[in-house]
Parts: sequence; structure tokens; C-alpha cells
Amino acid sequence: MRRSTLVVGLAILAAILAGSVAWYLTPMPNPDGQAFTVSKSNAPPVSVGGPFELTAHTGEAVTDKSFGDKYLLIFFGYTFCPDVCPTTLNDVAVALDSIGMRADLVQPLFITVDPARDTPEVLADYVTAFYPSILGLTGTPEQIAQVAKAYRAYYAKADPKTEDTEFYLMDHSVMLYLMSPEGQLLTLFSHTASPEDIAKGLMKYLPQPTS
Amino acid sequence: MKRFLCALALWALSGMAQNAWAHDYTLGDIAIGHPWARASIGQAKAGAAYLTLSNDGAETDRLIAVETPAAKKAEIHTHSMENGVMKMRPVEAAEIPPGAPVMFQPGGLHVMLMGLKAPLVEGERFPLILIFEKAGRIEVMVAVQPATSAEPVMEHKHGS
Repeated sequence: MRRSTLVVGLAILAAILAGSVAWYLTPMPNPDGQAFTVSKSNAPPVSVGGPFELTAHTGEAVTDKSFGDKYLLIFFGYTFCPDVCPTTLNDVAVALDSIGMRADLVQPLFITVDPARDTPEVLADYVTAFYPSILGLTGTPEQIAQVAKAYRAYYAKADPKTEDTEFYLMDHSVMLYLMSPEGQLLTLFSHTASPEDIAKGLMKYLPQPTS
Repeated sequence: MKRFLCALALWALSGMAQNAWAHDYTLGDIAIGHPWARASIGQAKAGAAYLTLSNDGAETDRLIAVETPAAKKAEIHTHSMENGVMKMRPVEAAEIPPGAPVMFQPGGLHVMLMGLKAPLVEGERFPLILIFEKAGRIEVMVAVQPATSAEPVMEHKHGS
């Protein structure tokens, strides 16, 4: 009796262990539905985020340390993207509009995966059309590769052999990242998240404004 | 006075509704439902046009080419999601089988407009030429909706 209890116990333990190992090894990001959450307390060390040096659409040099105590809401995309990128940026704008003063705690960042075409001037024109505080970020190909790697964002030319410099397409991750002011990943939103889902996610993590 | 204002409001509303209401075309067995596009943002060089194609005939037809004076280049594109990565690819043709409407919509099939010659301005329309293998060629007008539209105005098809 005791032995069987022990066996069952061990089996359960093994299953839990296997489960957590599988979860840990699951490549990120892969949610297909709504926002999902990486819990802060016992989260496995899925490292997302890190230092970066980029150029803002204003022409200013920025790093991950430039935003003080703001929460970062980060999206990777490109302006020659007629569909998913504008949809997501618009969803972000609607979500921020709906959370009142908490929106002041958020710095939305649109990081281009297409620095060749997305110069600061092109980005300035684009991002400010969606929401005044969105900052478009570009950089050298190396800087973009570095920040994408830190955030585990994938991007590549749709046709790597193309010689077209005007109309080429980019494949890219379409996750929206919410990072704490300390640089921890708080949650990810998939591209199917509605503005309401994003607003709900923000409300969950943003502190009540004090003033 | 009240009655007058009421009538005025109704008149304005009906005008707006007419403006925004879906516009449709037919070419042989092919019906083309409400071609629309989002207004472009700033100097953005890319745009997308959406529409619905249905086939009332007995045989499958194919949309084999698209042309527009609004852009340097127009192509039929589709989207696919793989492991959180969005991929957009040109397709050679869009099959339109009888009785199964093909939706060109955000996140899916679309007419990709590359190298916009001028910004797409909300409320305006631009010509788009559709070339079908069997039905032939037709010019339709694409209605430019707000940049934030997720679907054709006045056609509420949530969650389809």
C-alpha cells in the first residue's frame, strides 16, 4: 500500500517535472490566442529583453535605459506592411486611450525590422499617425539584429535572394511585449489580441497612478 | 423647427448611409463585393485592397492579375502565421470556386499595393482592375475607409 502510494507520488512528481521541462523548452513566443502571462515569482528563466542601442524617429539615440520608470510596450514591424503592423499599432492606440492616466506610465516602442527603408524620417511620419507617444526605433542592421535577438523576435526578408530594394517584404514576429521598468517581461499579447485584451493586460500590470 | 431638424438629420443620415453602403459589381458569373482599402499613413508606400469574390457559375474561375493606377505595382498576396511569425507572400492566382465566396480581408488574402503614387485618402475612391481567367477584365472603384478600419464599413461580419 505504502509502496504503491510512493510509486504514484513519484509518477506525479515525474509528470510535473516533465511538464515544467517541456514548458521551459517550449520555444517562445508561441501563443495563438489571447495574452498569456509569465508569472514573476517562480517563472523559469525565459530570458526576453536586454540592453539595446537604437535611434528614435526624433533622431535621438536611445537605449533600454532611456525610459526611466516607464513600462515598455514593444512591437517589431516595418512600415511597408499594409496590414498587421497598422492593425497592431492601432490596437495599441485604442487600448492606451481606454486606460486613462495609466497610459502615461507606458512607453510604446515600434522597432523596425527593416532599417534599410525605415529611416527615422519614414518612422516619424508613420508612428505618430497612430498615437502621439509611440516612438519609432531604427538602427544599423547590427543594432536591429541585436535587439531582435534579445527579444527573441524573428525577422527575415521574405525572399532572401531578392534584388528589389523598394518592394521587398519582411517576415516578422507579431508579438506585443509588455516589459516592466526593470526590464522584466510581464506579458505578451498575440496579434489576435483585441484592444480590450491589451487594455486588460495593461490594467493588470500597471500600478494605480498616485498623483 | 424640430420637425425640420429631424428631417435634415434623416436626410444627412441617409446620405451617409448611401455613401458608406457596400458597392457591388458583377462580371459574367463573378460578383465583386465592396472593394475597400484603408487610408494610408503619412508617406507609407504600401497599401492593401480588400473585396469579396463570388462565383455564380458552374466552373471555378481564377483571379489572375490586378492592376491599378494608384500604385507602381499591384499583386495578389496572402498572409500566413507560423510560430508567431507573420509571412506575406504573393500568390499567382486566387481560385474562385462556385458557391464559395473568397474573402480578401485584413490578415488574409489582399491586393497588395506597392509604391503608392499618392496617399490613399479617407472618403476617396481609386480604380482597381481585376483580371479573371474566364470572366475577363473589370474596373472597380475601391472605397478608402479610415486607416483604423478592420472591416468594410456597414458590413458587420465580426469574428468570421
